[in-house]
Amino acid sequence: MALSRDQIAQRVARELQDGFYVNLGIGIPTLVANFVPQGIDVMLQSENGLLGMGQFPTEDELDADLINAGKQTVTMSTGASIFDSAQSFAMIRGGHVDLTVLGAFEVDVNGNIASYMIPGKLIKGMGGAMDLVAGADNIIVTMTHASKHGESKLLTNCSLPLTGKACIKKVLTDLAFIEIKQGKFHLLERAPGVSVEEIIKLTAGELVVPEYVPEMQF
Amino acid sequence: MSGFNKVVDSYQEAMAGLTDDMTVVAGGFGLCGIPENLIAEIKRKGSKGLTVVSNNCGVDDFGLGLLLPNRQIKKIVASYVGENAEFERQMMSGELEVELTPQGTLAEKMRAGGAGIPAFYTATGVGTPVAVGKDERKFNGRDYILEEAITGDFAIVKAWKADKFGNLVFRKTARNFNPMAATAGRITVVEVEIIVEPGELDPDEIHTPGIYVNRLIQGTFEKRIEQRTTQPKGA
Repeated sequence: MALSRDQIAQRVARELQDGFYVNLGIGIPTLVANFVPQGIDVMLQSENGLLGMGQFPTEDELDADLINAGKQTVTMSTGASIFDSAQSFAMIRGGHVDLTVLGAFEVDVNGNIASYMIPGKLIKGMGGAMDLVAGADNIIVTMTHASKHGESKLLTNCSLPLTGKACIKKVLTDLAFIEIKQGKFHLLERAPGVSVEEIIKLTAGELVVPEYVPEMQF
Repeated sequence: MSGFNKVVDSYQEAMAGLTDDMTVVAGGFGLCGIPENLIAEIKRKGSKGLTVVSNNCGVDDFGLGLLLPNRQIKKIVASYVGENAEFERQMMSGELEVELTPQGTLAEKMRAGGAGIPAFYTATGVGTPVAVGKDERKFNGRDYILEEAITGDFAIVKAWKADKFGNLVFRKTARNFNPMAATAGRITVVEVEIIVEPGELDPDEIHTPGIYVNRLIQGTFEKRIEQRTTQPKGA
C-alpha cells in the first residue's frame, strides 16, 4: 500500500533530532508537526518571521497579527521569537535551519527540484521555496511518486522550470524513501507492501537498488 | 523638537505627492501587517501605472487587490500571488507585468535598497528562471547570482505603535516586510494603531528608528484574517 499523507509525515518525523530548528512547507510537510517523536523537542520556523510556531489558537486566542507562512492563524510556543523577513531569510540562507521539508512537482537524479510553476497553467510564485532549497543542507522532499496517470515524478531531468539546482539529497514519496547522490536515485526504504519492481517501474531516472530494501514500519 | 513630529492629519495628506508611474514598496505578508488604509487611499486617489513591490498582492476585495480592478498597477514584484483571481487573470492576459522574486531575495532587495547597497550576490535562484539575464559569479566554488536592490518613490508601512517622532514598534508576525519597506522609500508613510508622545517608548524596544519615517498617521484597521484556523478549547 502506498503511504497515506499522515504516514509520509510520520516517516519524515523520524528524521527529527532533539534541538532541531525545522522549516515545514505547506501541505504534507505541515503534518510532520503532528508526529514529533516523544522526548524530542524541535522548534518550527515559519518564514514570515516566527521561530517557535505553536498550535492553532482557540477562538479566544485568535490573533490576526499572528500567522504562519501558509497565512493560517497560529500561536507561539514557549521560547518563541519574532523577527522581520530579512532576518528570517538570513536564518534560512545562512544555513542555520537544521531541516527543511517541502513538497515538489518533480525531482531529478542530479538533485534538481521543480515545485513552483507549470508554464501556461498555475502561476503562484515560489514564495520562500527557492531560498529554502538554496540555503538548507538538510532537505527532505515529500511528494507522490507518480502522477494519477502513472507518470513518474522522479526523472532524469526535470521538465518544469526549476526551483533549485543540485540541492536535493532525500525524497520521501508515497512508495519509497530515496537518496540522491552521484547522479542517481538510491532506494533506501519501501512503503509497506510495495514491491521493489513497482518502485522501479514508476521511477523514470536511474535507480540503484540494493540487494535488501527494508520495508517501512508503522 | 517639532521638526521631528511626523504626524499628519489625514490619509490624503499621508499619500500626497504620489503620482502616476511611481514605484511603491509595501510591507505585509498575505493580509497580515498590510497598510490597509494607505492602500485604500491609493485606490481613492486613482493613481495609475504604479510599480508595486510587495510579497503578495492581497485578495480580490482587500489589500493591494483593491488596486487591480481599475488597473492601477502596471507591474508587481512579489514572491507569491496565488490568492487572487483577478490578479491571475490580468497576469495570464499580459495586462499586468509580474516579476516573481524569491521571498528572501525580495526582503534582501528592500533591505539593501534602504541601506545604500546597490546589489548583492545570492545562491537563491541559481539555475532557475530567476537567474535569466543576471550576472553569475563563483565564490568558494559555489555559484551565485547578482540581484539588484529596490527602492521606491513611496514606501507604505503598517506598524503597531509609534511615537510622534516616527519610532516604530511592530506586533507579532505583522512585522514581516514592514521594517525593510520602511527603509526603502524616498517618502516613507507609516500607519499605526497607537501614537504616543516621544519618550514613552523604551529606546530598546524600538524596531525601526524614526529617521526612516517621513509621515505618520493613526488609523483604524479591519485586520482581515486570510486563513482562520482554530482548535477547540482544551484540545
